Amino acid sequence: MTGPANRKTLALHLAFLAGLAALDFVLPDYHHGVLARVMVLAVFAMGYNIAFGYTGLLSLGHAMFFAAGLYGAALPIYHLGWSVWPSLATGVVAGLALAVIVAALALRTAGVAFMIVTLMFSQVFHLTTLYFTTYTRGEEGLVLPQNVRRLAFPGGEISLASADTRYWIAFILFAAVLLFTLALVRSRFGRALVAIRENEERMRMLGYDVFASKLAAMAVSGTISAAAGAAYAVLFGYAGSGFASIQYSILPLLWVLLGGAATVLGPFAGTLIMFYLIDTASSHTTANLLVVGVALILLILYFPKGIMGTIRDKWVRWLP
Amino acid sequence: MGFGPYFLLATLEGLVSAAVLALTAVGLSLVFGVMRVVNVAHGEFFMMGAVLAWWCASLVSGNPALGFLIAILLSPLIVAGVALAADRLVLKRLHYEPEATIVATIGLLYIIQQLALTFYGAEARPVQAPFDWRIQLPWFGYSGYKFFVIAAASAILLAVWFLLRRTNIGLIMRATQIDREMAQAFAIPVDRVYAGVFAFGAALAALAAVLIVPIKQAHYLMGQDPLLLSFIVVIIGGLGSLRGTVVAALLIGLSDGIISMFFSPTLAKMLATLLVALVLVFRPQGLFSPGGRLVR
Repeated sequence: MTGPANRKTLALHLAFLAGLAALDFVLPDYHHGVLARVMVLAVFAMGYNIAFGYTGLLSLGHAMFFAAGLYGAALPIYHLGWSVWPSLATGVVAGLALAVIVAALALRTAGVAFMIVTLMFSQVFHLTTLYFTTYTRGEEGLVLPQNVRRLAFPGGEISLASADTRYWIAFILFAAVLLFTLALVRSRFGRALVAIRENEERMRMLGYDVFASKLAAMAVSGTISAAAGAAYAVLFGYAGSGFASIQYSILPLLWVLLGGAATVLGPFAGTLIMFYLIDTASSHTTANLLVVGVALILLILYFPKGIMGTIRDKWVRWLP
Repeated sequence: MGFGPYFLLATLEGLVSAAVLALTAVGLSLVFGVMRVVNVAHGEFFMMGAVLAWWCASLVSGNPALGFLIAILLSPLIVAGVALAADRLVLKRLHYEPEATIVATIGLLYIIQQLALTFYGAEARPVQAPFDWRIQLPWFGYSGYKFFVIAAASAILLAVWFLLRRTNIGLIMRATQIDREMAQAFAIPVDRVYAGVFAFGAALAALAAVLIVPIKQAHYLMGQDPLLLSFIVVIIGGLGSLRGTVVAALLIGLSDGIISMFFSPTLAKMLATLLVALVLVFRPQGLFSPGGRLVR
């Protein structure tokens, strides 16, 4: 890719981030809260996108990585009285470890078998959170009290319970992951992943270690998903086993499909639109699952490239 | 009650769930075998069968056998109709691509579940068994209806086997399964075979649900467990193999019945799921079947 395109891409994403940051000052309270939540969930979607969008690994079990981060952060705070920093780190490390183990097993299969295996591992994780109800409090979940959700800095500490800090922490995480994804997909490694998605046999013939690349992709994807989970736990102070259920494996798939698989901005767009769609639907009916179902079918039938994918195809060829 | 009779009771309960599981799983296995479609909404067809059975039974008052009879005739037909519509409207347009159809059937799952919740409600509702004879064993009395479930499921499975192996329809289905292009070249209407198989698979799930609903109540979330268990059975038995599916259903149903009687059901499900995931990883062709490998 040429220099000007590079600069254009970077400028576009920085402008987008600047816009998001500016929204903090103008949004009304409700939408301000929604956007903070959407940014954390979009991080989850971006993590999923690395496996599904760029590497072509359709996992139906990413809820377990999100939940590993969620519980990895929430359990030490709740039961051991840890402070937030080390708990966040445990959450991310738990997600990384789980992703490596699961991927090492599941990547022995491909296609449909890969989907079912990831679905089943995730189901085992969900059942595990229910089985140890004494510690996780199952469906009811753990609620982290406000006074422990404090982030310590050399110059003092900030409370994560206030809406403004919540927005900024979510924004910083979101921006970091967005820029990381941008760098990743433009690196040699990112290109290798896309090539594996397009033609695995050819990559093998060219001498690439396909298994190792896929494993690395799953590890990165799982770690980012876990980071989103850990952030969710400390920012919103809640960890329930519902987050490990199949539904939370389907949602990132839906977000990424809607926004556009294998696009950097797509996951955020998909998450934002889906969040408001379900939000609007549930203020009129209780049938929000119906919206998810209909959206999935319509997307896969008529709009398989998603919003950003279509924009890239039709107008902006250089969009990463 | 000593250990022996207790074990017998657990075995009987296991046989009942194995019978119903075998019916459900054979439907899933047929759909995968012939169409190469992993139908995630299969459990919802099961649930729909149960809910419709409740609806049929509530239509008629008087003898519960009459309501049950209507249910067992009508419910699978309606479910088959819904499946047929789903096939024509969605799956066919996706050209039965495996990954796209999985996403689409997930969508279908949510739609059916939500419609059931909206129109049927969140309560679990019982359906009266068509008869309530008790068969007195030396140690305990046992519901005659449960024996009927085992017998009926076995009869239906035999009929399916006969259909597949001894009739022209079965021949066409197997031909499509083995080589779709070649079948088409021999003027087999592959499209209609697919539609028929999808509807038939859904009807089998509905039939299983009608049989079980006098024992377990109808509930809008009841499709989750049969789906997971059917997956387990179909994978262990080898996808697309009828005999393997039945053997695996017996194995899983019995061990599930026995294990959950002595241990926590959550633990039983956890271990079974983990075991099956590992089977799929290390022996993707299943434990019993030499062929029918699950790839792409």
